[in-house]
Amino acid sequence: MSVTLQCPGYPEDTLRSLADRLPCRETQLTSLLSLMGQPDQYSYPSVFIYGHRATGKSHVVLTIMKDLELPHASVDCVECVSGGLLFHQVLSAFFGPDAAALLPRCPSLSDFVRLYKQMSSSTPATQTRYIILDRAERMRDMDFSLLPALLRLQELVNDNVTVILLSEIVWEKFRPNTGCFEPLLFHFPDYSKAELVQILSWDHHPSYTPELYASYINILLGVFFSVCRDLRELRHLAVLNFSKFCEPLEKGEAKESDIHKLWKNIEPHLHRAMQTVYLREVSSMQWEQQQMDEKEATTLRGLSAHAHIELPYYSKFLLIAAYLASFNPARTDRRFFLKNHGKIRKTNFLKKHEKTSNHLLGPKPFPLDRLLAIFYSVVDSRVAPTASVFSQISSLVTLQLLSQVGHDDQLDSPKYKCAVSLDFILAISRTVSFDVVRYLYDFL
Amino acid sequence: MSETPVTSSVSKGCFVFKSTSKKRKRHVGVGGYLVDGSDDNGSDRFRICQKLWETVQMNTEVIQDQLNKHVLDSLVEFIKKHDLGNSPDVWRQRSSEIPTAALMLGVNVPDHAMTFRSLCNLLQDSVTPFVVSVHAKECAAVKLLIHKLLEQLMGKGVSVDEEQEDETALLQRTQCTISALCQWYKTVTKKCPQVSPQRKANLKNNDLPRSLPVVVIFKDFEAFNSQVLQDFILICSRYTQELPFIFIFGIATSPSAIQHRLPHSVSSLLCIEVFQSLSCTQHLASVFDKLILNSQFPFKLSSRVIQVLVGIFLYHDFSVQNFVKGLQFSMLEHFNGQPLSVLCCQKKEALLFAKTLSQKNVERIRHLPSFMRYVETQEPQEQVQLLTSDEHVKDTCQKLLKNLHKYHKNYYPILQCLHSLTSLLPKFPLGKHIRELHVSCIEKNLWETEEYDSAMQLLRILAKDELVAALEKCAEILKSAKTKRMQNVLQQVEDFIGRLEALEGVTSEESTGDGVILEKNRRTDLFQLQKTLLEKESRRTKRVNPYEVLRSQVIEFIDSLVREYLTPAELQPLSEVCYYSSSAVLRQRLNVSPRTSIQTALSHPFHYLQNESLKTNAGTISSAAPDLCIVYKLHLECGRLINLYDWLEAFVTVMSAAEDQDADSEEKGKFDSLKHARFIQAVSELEFLGFVKSTKQKTDHVARLTWGGC
Ligand SMILES: Nc1ncnc2c1ncn2[C@@H]1O[C@H](COP(=O)(O)OP(=O)(O)OP(=O)(O)O)[C@@H](O)[C@H]1O
Ligand SMILES: [Mg+2]
Repeated sequence: MSVTLQCPGYPEDTLRSLADRLPCRETQLTSLLSLMGQPDQYSYPSVFIYGHRATGKSHVVLTIMKDLELPHASVDCVECVSGGLLFHQVLSAFFGPDAAALLPRCPSLSDFVRLYKQMSSSTPATQTRYIILDRAERMRDMDFSLLPALLRLQELVNDNVTVILLSEIVWEKFRPNTGCFEPLLFHFPDYSKAELVQILSWDHHPSYTPELYASYINILLGVFFSVCRDLRELRHLAVLNFSKFCEPLEKGEAKESDIHKLWKNIEPHLHRAMQTVYLREVSSMQWEQQQMDEKEATTLRGLSAHAHIELPYYSKFLLIAAYLASFNPARTDRRFFLKNHGKIRKTNFLKKHEKTSNHLLGPKPFPLDRLLAIFYSVVDSRVAPTASVFSQISSLVTLQLLSQVGHDDQLDSPKYKCAVSLDFILAISRTVSFDVVRYLYDFL
Repeated sequence: MSETPVTSSVSKGCFVFKSTSKKRKRHVGVGGYLVDGSDDNGSDRFRICQKLWETVQMNTEVIQDQLNKHVLDSLVEFIKKHDLGNSPDVWRQRSSEIPTAALMLGVNVPDHAMTFRSLCNLLQDSVTPFVVSVHAKECAAVKLLIHKLLEQLMGKGVSVDEEQEDETALLQRTQCTISALCQWYKTVTKKCPQVSPQRKANLKNNDLPRSLPVVVIFKDFEAFNSQVLQDFILICSRYTQELPFIFIFGIATSPSAIQHRLPHSVSSLLCIEVFQSLSCTQHLASVFDKLILNSQFPFKLSSRVIQVLVGIFLYHDFSVQNFVKGLQFSMLEHFNGQPLSVLCCQKKEALLFAKTLSQKNVERIRHLPSFMRYVETQEPQEQVQLLTSDEHVKDTCQKLLKNLHKYHKNYYPILQCLHSLTSLLPKFPLGKHIRELHVSCIEKNLWETEEYDSAMQLLRILAKDELVAALEKCAEILKSAKTKRMQNVLQQVEDFIGRLEALEGVTSEESTGDGVILEKNRRTDLFQLQKTLLEKESRRTKRVNPYEVLRSQVIEFIDSLVREYLTPAELQPLSEVCYYSSSAVLRQRLNVSPRTSIQTALSHPFHYLQNESLKTNAGTISSAAPDLCIVYKLHLECGRLINLYDWLEAFVTVMSAAEDQDADSEEKGKFDSLKHARFIQAVSELEFLGFVKSTKQKTDHVARLTWGGC
């Protein structure tokens, strides 16, 4: 697999090992290297690399930087809650923490540029400096002038510097405004199944042969490839389940060549993993524990198995009322909650757009008054409008069972939405023996 | 964290923290306030009340610690496991997952604080000094969350080590990032093993303490902004190699909240395990057992009051903390409002007080309904004595107090026995929880209720092994009761058990048959059960076997116990001394309805002001009422939008109605600037109270915000 990379200015054996360590990314590697040019040459001012999760963007770029020992500042934009942090990290990576300490308290872009210029004039770049901005999509939430400035930073500071942006999102969704400097776009395509096998087989277990591990990876991908192509997840799953795969070998029940037998052993196990660990229903720790205990019975309850919530009596009714208010058109309240509403059939109500199920449209906001009106008519006893009833509403909001819409005016008839599912409401109303379905317009 | 008290103890365990001195000082003030009531033993009452409150506090904390012990221990276990789990085995690099404990706490949010407090203490004592707990309120943005984290961790580092101070100050000034925390962590852990000898002692069994984890507790997970959480987790996961984070999510609803809040890409960075904490109903039951169903605790609640408190718990908040607060409030009310509550204390002390009752208090005793009832049952000459001689009343009072204490000592064991018997029955005719049984016992003659009859009927068909098991449980309960009479009862119960066991084999088939029916009927309805019961009854008359004879003897015995010992508390003379019964006051105070009170105040100003001139007929508007009330009443007659000018005119009309007689007719209806100003002020007050607000829909109009009322 040794593609001979021709890049003058870099040590050749490092380049070779680089190519070995980044399987399936040879083309990207070569084009990146040729783009970078020789270390002392100016490079393109900004490069935008995009591709799906775990397609090796960060990995490839950082490995190049580290192996070739290029001066670089790697910044994860999630961490940069303010622009100042970004400047700070860049400056301290290039010129040391002392330089970064010179930044004023809330540094502006021009502070950064000024300081950078000042520093680089005393220590001019002998090699191209790289600023790597990971998860660059977060830049869009920062100061709007930051991104355009960084794109032409080379020009601004007059130094041999290149900004590399890494993102999962295409450039079209970024482009700040017209007239901004267009970076060089670079796509990292998804790995194919064969490539995934090749990469995953790379980290085989030291005490087993690479061939065995490769066949294990093949089986694993056979199960998971249809649902997950995320290299990180697959690697995680591979590590988690390998001991189970080796179990027959350990016990002496099968030989390494008995692939079919091993397959029969692991396949159902992997399917179970798909429904549990993969979805994080069960933690990896618990999963391993279970494997070790060899208890096949599904004793572990997943996260969503604990869906039941104990609520105070009136909270249950408030929630039911909120559900009804969210999913019934307001006009139909008379029909449901007035004692002698007469004979009004569903068809009389029907407006055109309401032919579709309200449940498909999702919950609609309703004012507090309506919630209370429905509450008083569904709850079976007389309830005083006490402070506790109101505070129950707000605790339902903090528990995120209700959600408040329109935060601007809290005093004036706040509006809410019900944020629970039909199943949940059915379970709740069963505990208070209230037939909620009878009151739902969709089920009339 | 800063307010959690620290213990000087080296071992781990449960600690009770008394309230701090600051609170005491305020209480003393309250005490002084109570003393003012001249000769009512105010200070004594205050002292008793305070002592009782301290026992309540101590007991509740101990209960909580006991109940939480299991879940807290398993949490610590989990953290320790992960502490070691970061094994140097390079091949399995699970390290990027952050161990996360989802601590299910239930929706009773007010109670969580105490759990978190003990959790923090426990972790700091036995696992790691680096424990941080954060509230959603203070973390509206990632920046704030990280700041909180750094503040709590590094602030502590400073206090440990003096020379570090300027260094951390510098860090805080420049950077508020996790990487700064990393630096700090490295420097601290380098010298930490020598710093804390107590930790070393704890860790001796695990050969080398690898690293001290940094535990971050999210107290109210649901309330956190999900974007903040996601970002924080993403950031932290970048540092798992250097900083062994452990998260604890305090979740009030269900673990699926995590999945709702976090997308897969983020939750895949966590290694989540669920820990179920105690349920609040169970917690309430223990508190109830300890504080209310306990003869050692002299202060009692009447059935109504219990119903109010339990009602608030079940219907509104599920909060044990609030229940205890309610108890505290009843105590304060009782000791403040009832001068005779000076007798509501331990027996010895109470007798002492009874000896030295003031004349006023003797008179008060004579007026107690229960005492009057008692007097009526006495011989005529005794009656005269009781009504004339103060000394005699004091003596009788002592006797009655002794009886009351005896009554309580016998009442609770028998109550528990009855509960242990009836809780076996299908559908729990006498209530599932002992508190329900207790309420019906102290309220009325239990044996006169229908429920009691049906319970007894069901008991009459118990299978032998069930009956024996239940009786054994009763014997167990009675063993801890100290009075002679209870020992007597215990004797009899044991005798019954012996005789039942002696029947061995004779009627086994018959008895098991009964049991099966009972078993089956647990799921069918009560009506059917009664039918089969009747059938059984008729069959039973035909052939009576020894087990059945014995069984009905047992039931008779139990019935006699109930009639003797479970008499309603109200009938006990002097019960008012110990029982707090103003349920209406309690409800009004604990379950307030602010809107109703505001509306009452506005529409019937007399209600609060008690000023004769404000008394009005319903429907009329008096000009004597405060401006606000007039404006309020006028606005009730308007639609959604109120024209300010019309309103003003109406207001002025009402105002000038009083001046009608003496004013010129031409001046009537006109308004001067004073009235105008008063009107404006009243309207803005109404706006402040939330009844109207300005609107942009129509000029010179305000919008009404409430409906109904008057
Ligand atoms: N070609 C490859 N050879 C070896 N390992 C790889 C390769 N591509 C990716 N990986 C591994 O996959 C993991 C994920 O890759 P990386 O972090 O670079 O993804 P990414 O594209 O930056 O994803 P994200 O958009 O989520 O940041 C890394 O741990 C890396 O080791
Ligand atoms: Mg990346």
